[in-house]
Amino acid sequence: MAMNCNAKDEVDGGPPCAPGGAAKTRRPDNTAFKQQRLPAWQPILTAGTVLPTFFIVGLIFIPIGIGIFVTSNNIREIEGNVFMYYGLSNFYQNHRRYVKSRDDSQLNGDSSALLNPSKECEPYRRNEDLPIAPCGAIANSMFNDTLELFLVSNESDPTPTPIPLKRKGIAWWTDKHVKFRNPSGGGTLEERFKGTTKPVNWLKPVYMLDSDEENNGFINEDFIVWMRTAALPTFRKLYRLIERSNDLHPTLPAGQYYLNITYNYPVHSFDGRKRMILSTISWMGGKNPFLGIAYITVGSISFLLGVVLLVINHKYRNSRNTADT
Amino acid sequence: VERIVKANDREYNEKFQYADNRIHTSKYNIITFLPINLFEQFQRVANAYFLFLLILQLIPEISSLTWFTTIVPLVLVITMTAGKDATDDYFRHKSDNQVNNRQSEVLIDGKLQNEKWMNVKVGDIIKLENNQFVAADLLLLSSSEPHGLCYIETAELDGETNLKVRHALSVTSELGADISRLAKFDGTVVCEAPNNKLDKFTGVLSWKDSKHSLNNQKIILRGCVLRNTGWCFGMVIFAGPDTKLMQNSGKTKFKRTSIDRLMNTLVLWIFGFLVCLGIILAIGNSIWENQVGGQFRTSLFRNEEKKNFVFSGFLTFWSYIIVLNTVVPISLYVSMEVIRLGHSYFINWDRKMYYSGKAAPAEARTTTLNEELGQIEYVFSDKTGTLTQNIMTFKKCSINGRIYAGEEYGDPVQKKEITKKKEPVDFSEKSQAERSLQFFDHSLMESIKSGDPKVHEFFRVLALCHTVMSEEDSSGKLIYQVQSPDEGALVTAARNCGFIFKSRTPDSITIEELGTLVTYQLLAFLDFNNIRKRMSVIVRNPEGQIKLYSKGADTILFERLHPSSKDLLSLTSDHLSDFAGEGLRTLAIAYKDLDDKYFKEWHKMLEVASAAAHERDDQISQLYEEIERDLMLLGATAVEDKLQEGVIDTIASLSLANIKIWVLTGDKQETAINIGYACNMLTEDMNDVFVVAGNTVGEVREELRKAKESLPGQNHSILNAHAACGKEQQLEMASVGEEDTAPGDYALVINGHSLAHALESDVKSDLLELACLCKTVICCRVTPLQKAQVVELVKKHRNAVTLAIGDGANDVSMIKSAHIGVGISGQEGLQAVLASDYSFAQFRYLQRLLLVHGRWSYFRMCKFLRYFLYKNFAFTLVHFWYGFFCGFSAQTVYDQWFITLFNIVYTSLPVLAMGIFDQDVSDQNSMDCPQLYEPGQLNLLFNKHKFFICMAHGIYTSLALFFIPYGAFYSAAGEDGQHVADYQSFAVTMATSLVFVVSAQIALDTSYWTVINHVFIWGSIATYFCILFTTHSSDIFGMFPNQFPFVGNVWHSLTQKCVWLVILLTTVASVMPVVAFRFLKVDLYPTLTDQIRQRQKAQKKAKPVRRQRPQTRRSSSRRSGYAFAHQEGYGELITSGKNMRAKTPPPTSGLEKPLYNSTSWLENLCKKTTDTLSSFSQEKTVKL
Repeated sequence: MAMNCNAKDEVDGGPPCAPGGAAKTRRPDNTAFKQQRLPAWQPILTAGTVLPTFFIVGLIFIPIGIGIFVTSNNIREIEGNVFMYYGLSNFYQNHRRYVKSRDDSQLNGDSSALLNPSKECEPYRRNEDLPIAPCGAIANSMFNDTLELFLVSNESDPTPTPIPLKRKGIAWWTDKHVKFRNPSGGGTLEERFKGTTKPVNWLKPVYMLDSDEENNGFINEDFIVWMRTAALPTFRKLYRLIERSNDLHPTLPAGQYYLNITYNYPVHSFDGRKRMILSTISWMGGKNPFLGIAYITVGSISFLLGVVLLVINHKYRNSRNTADT
Repeated sequence: VERIVKANDREYNEKFQYADNRIHTSKYNIITFLPINLFEQFQRVANAYFLFLLILQLIPEISSLTWFTTIVPLVLVITMTAGKDATDDYFRHKSDNQVNNRQSEVLIDGKLQNEKWMNVKVGDIIKLENNQFVAADLLLLSSSEPHGLCYIETAELDGETNLKVRHALSVTSELGADISRLAKFDGTVVCEAPNNKLDKFTGVLSWKDSKHSLNNQKIILRGCVLRNTGWCFGMVIFAGPDTKLMQNSGKTKFKRTSIDRLMNTLVLWIFGFLVCLGIILAIGNSIWENQVGGQFRTSLFRNEEKKNFVFSGFLTFWSYIIVLNTVVPISLYVSMEVIRLGHSYFINWDRKMYYSGKAAPAEARTTTLNEELGQIEYVFSDKTGTLTQNIMTFKKCSINGRIYAGEEYGDPVQKKEITKKKEPVDFSEKSQAERSLQFFDHSLMESIKSGDPKVHEFFRVLALCHTVMSEEDSSGKLIYQVQSPDEGALVTAARNCGFIFKSRTPDSITIEELGTLVTYQLLAFLDFNNIRKRMSVIVRNPEGQIKLYSKGADTILFERLHPSSKDLLSLTSDHLSDFAGEGLRTLAIAYKDLDDKYFKEWHKMLEVASAAAHERDDQISQLYEEIERDLMLLGATAVEDKLQEGVIDTIASLSLANIKIWVLTGDKQETAINIGYACNMLTEDMNDVFVVAGNTVGEVREELRKAKESLPGQNHSILNAHAACGKEQQLEMASVGEEDTAPGDYALVINGHSLAHALESDVKSDLLELACLCKTVICCRVTPLQKAQVVELVKKHRNAVTLAIGDGANDVSMIKSAHIGVGISGQEGLQAVLASDYSFAQFRYLQRLLLVHGRWSYFRMCKFLRYFLYKNFAFTLVHFWYGFFCGFSAQTVYDQWFITLFNIVYTSLPVLAMGIFDQDVSDQNSMDCPQLYEPGQLNLLFNKHKFFICMAHGIYTSLALFFIPYGAFYSAAGEDGQHVADYQSFAVTMATSLVFVVSAQIALDTSYWTVINHVFIWGSIATYFCILFTTHSSDIFGMFPNQFPFVGNVWHSLTQKCVWLVILLTTVASVMPVVAFRFLKVDLYPTLTDQIRQRQKAQKKAKPVRRQRPQTRRSSSRRSGYAFAHQEGYGELITSGKNMRAKTPPPTSGLEKPLYNSTSWLENLCKKTTDTLSSFSQEKTVKL
């Protein structure tokens, strides 16, 4: 009956509503991506997945922790290679201005940087109009005490036997071979460092750090170790290696030892402390009780959480019989 | 300011320095691009802030990060934006060029010459040909059509595709195409200054010592296309940027989402937090400097005078501001934009919002508002064309006190009819008669055949009194062009009953009356407008009688009837209320015989009035008023306005989602209420429906108070319980269920008059309070402005997120003022769509837009923000803890490169993938369970509380990240005896732990792992290691030794077992509590989402194929009784009578005042086009 008024449609029916072709092109594609139907994994936290995870974490972490803890405590025995460290405290090697105060180009043997060190090195950039090599506050404050270790064999023979301390092999390979390089050029090391002056606090210039050519200048390992700044104000740095001579005897047999320190490095001015540490190394590094305890703690918490959650979940489920799934 | 333009006199016009016709929509050229674009970009607060940081970093005393940490992201962002701006501008240049180089024929030196558009000047006379674009705003001088008529299409201006008529002054139309006379034309136009009113123009043409008033009917605007007109000449009045088209392309109001606003607050808070941290660290630095640092420095740095430790603290403060700025990285803003863009594309791509009927996909026209779609609390809907189809069918009529009805249950017929409609209908008399017999009441056909004069007169009115244009297409078929579908329905009805409107000229109308052609002389056309609510024509029939035919709103027309119509009036008004009760739109029809002399007098007065300089409109309307008196009632028409598909379901589902739907319509109260019932917004079992229809402030206030008092129980308790408009609500099912049923259902119906009063300040709050307590609010007879006011009212006082949906120009103001405007690409033109933020073709898509896209967008955006803030707190606060161990020196924990890349490379893509693709529940479940929408309304997923949780989470992670490596490395040595606690190893360990922790966290957060998520998450970790190895490689160190000091570190650190043990421990310790906490939450207090997710998973396992279609709401809600709090109300909706109602006569939506409600002002604009036909009198020159 009704008379439908579509007059306008009839008029406009032509171009805009052209059926077929036009409609097809405007209809969005039916792809999983565009229709947000991409197949997907939809994990949810259920008792079935969460509780076992907690138990497993607990069961894995506690043994690891115990393992670490035991290993770490066993490190006392002086067997195998022994490492000798010096430690400093209250020394802010991580202070921003201190950390910046170096020129890696210069340390990498760049000749232009050698004679014209980076501005970051101020105020240890130049001394008496000569560029300082190595420049900067880090290098300038290098630890320069000498430590020597002697074994007093027995009471009757008081002549101390010096323990051989290895100076090489204490720096990272990449530091020694990539990051630090002496200036190139012919001649002796001294000639290559010509035109530079020693850091203000140093007793000797950089090319006289060691008699061994392979351990002198910028690639002196004591220097490299120092230049690897510590993250925390209390730190230790590897000083020497004591290699095991043979398998039968401990490296450092029980006995009385005598430490000779040539005191060059003042720490009183900033209220610092010096230490000397001897340690062996296990499969996971040096003595480190924290990590073991932390693992045991986290593992136990995880296990406990697992138990608590299990109980809660159980009770809750019982109280609601209508449970889902 | 007036504009004076003299035709054909460039020199004269140059004095005024009017803009020429070249347009620049482009913003830049090659030289200005960089400076202007950069300037614009740095006006954004975020960019300016990062620039400020960059400058800070350039001060060596402060610089704690190297310059590239800030500049790389900043440059990246700026370049990307600049690139986008440049491409946009390139296309603008291209289109500008294309437009500026269009050819037009300009009369220069007495000859027609081809000129580029950009060289056209004000005052030039140009010639347009058929189907040409108009180059500038022209004063129409003459055209190929008689009487200086020309037809234009204004699609580019207002989206209307129907033709409009423009009419030259008769003095100028005489010029015709006579080039020499046109070249001599030297009229001067004095008119208004350029403005953006498309439907207004006032000016005066002075030519040959006489003045002619000009109105919008004489003006052809730039952007129009000339149609059905051989040629026309016009004089350029406004050119280029002064044209109305360009004046209208103003900036649209910039909308921001509530998340945006929250983020702005949070960023300020974060900044405050940073300042606090900075101050703490600065104080720490001062103390440290005083006690330790001073000595330390003097021993390490020679020649260093003892610095003022307060000053040192001051510098440290700024250094830490730089270091800690990464909490709000620039990538946050960019990522938010990218995510929203992605969501917008998903909307555009959604096939389920594609309407094949119109080949119209949904369109996100604004790409910055998506998550707001998930927070809507109020929907303001227009009715006509939005809830209803705006397809009018002539259903019934009452003629001379007798009802003639179409078939009551005419569905099949109707369908047939509609399908037939599509094919061209042969309107030869015979077939026409048959058709009408088939469709209409036999008694009516008999009345027509028997020649009942009243019936004839009735259909004559329908065939004569309208603004329809007819046209014959190539095959000779009659095609009607209508501006209002109601009119179309009426004219078509008349046609089907044998009164065929054939054609019209400006002063005549030809109709075919039962087979005989009759031409009526059109004497006057008393146009429709909002106030008059009626329209009349005065015609002289071939017998020489002058008649006034009128149709209009019953209330208006009944007031001006002749006393003799009294009996008929009461009968007809009974019929009318019957019609309205059925949800039909009604119009009263009347006529009047006019005395020749009286009419002449009246006409003279009209001429004078229309030439009047002042208050022209008032005078004219007074004259109209005067002649439209003592009308003789003929009867009334009833037109059905059909509901759109799926409206009932959509409304039911949205109200289950706790979205309040307010209908704002221009309809009269009864029809509005009726449509309310049809849509199930009003139901029989509602406790009460308050109708507010007072005429004074006092009355309205009284009615509101009364309504409020009649609400059961304490007002306060209801207020609280229903906090509907704001407060947090426990999502817990049971409580919601109670709440919903407790206060009972109420509805409020308020009409325009009362609303005007109610919107006055002191009544406002009463209205709002009451309205918020009601389940349904219907405002009828509201003007477009009032629609906007209502929206503003709710927006302002309820602090709620509002959405306005409409399809017509009368909805534009409401669409613009609501938080989100949705346009229905319907039949009323494109105005609403152009103003809207989202558009689609059917009201029912609103459900999917809000419940699926909106919900997902909100969910994703909140998840994104929570994770992003967490991640950056965890990342950045490590520096704070480290401060206590490095003398508060603003030393960073990580490598500079890591800081630079962390946000833009290592962690950006996984969180983006989550922000774009994540889904908690499937779209089907979102639709099936509208309650899932609630968290968005209550702001539960991201708010200040959640922000603090993120912050606490981030702080916890940063503590674990810092103190576990700290403890482990405090005195540790590596496997080779070398120390691992050096700064670089420490940095690498911590950075690697951080990457693992945040990756684990995103893995935990991602609930929808698509391939993309996998690729991004694993890829990010892989990328981290690749870049780590690259920056630590000796090759790159060899090239830039100063920029890559970490050489070799990665090999050394990552080969240490204890480093890995630390990383593992850190990761587990950071993630474990979160897992426990989340598990407890899901286990003990599962949200609806959690439950649905579990069910979804179970279903998937059980029967992956049985993706529910049949499992629609009812069954799924029954299965999960405990889970769905709203289930009861829900099922009731479906099973109760409300639903039944929907099934019975397909929602007869009642609407009545067809003309003014639906289209109002724009309609007016259109109507005015036909106005010209009759208003020849107006352009009679007035000798002054």
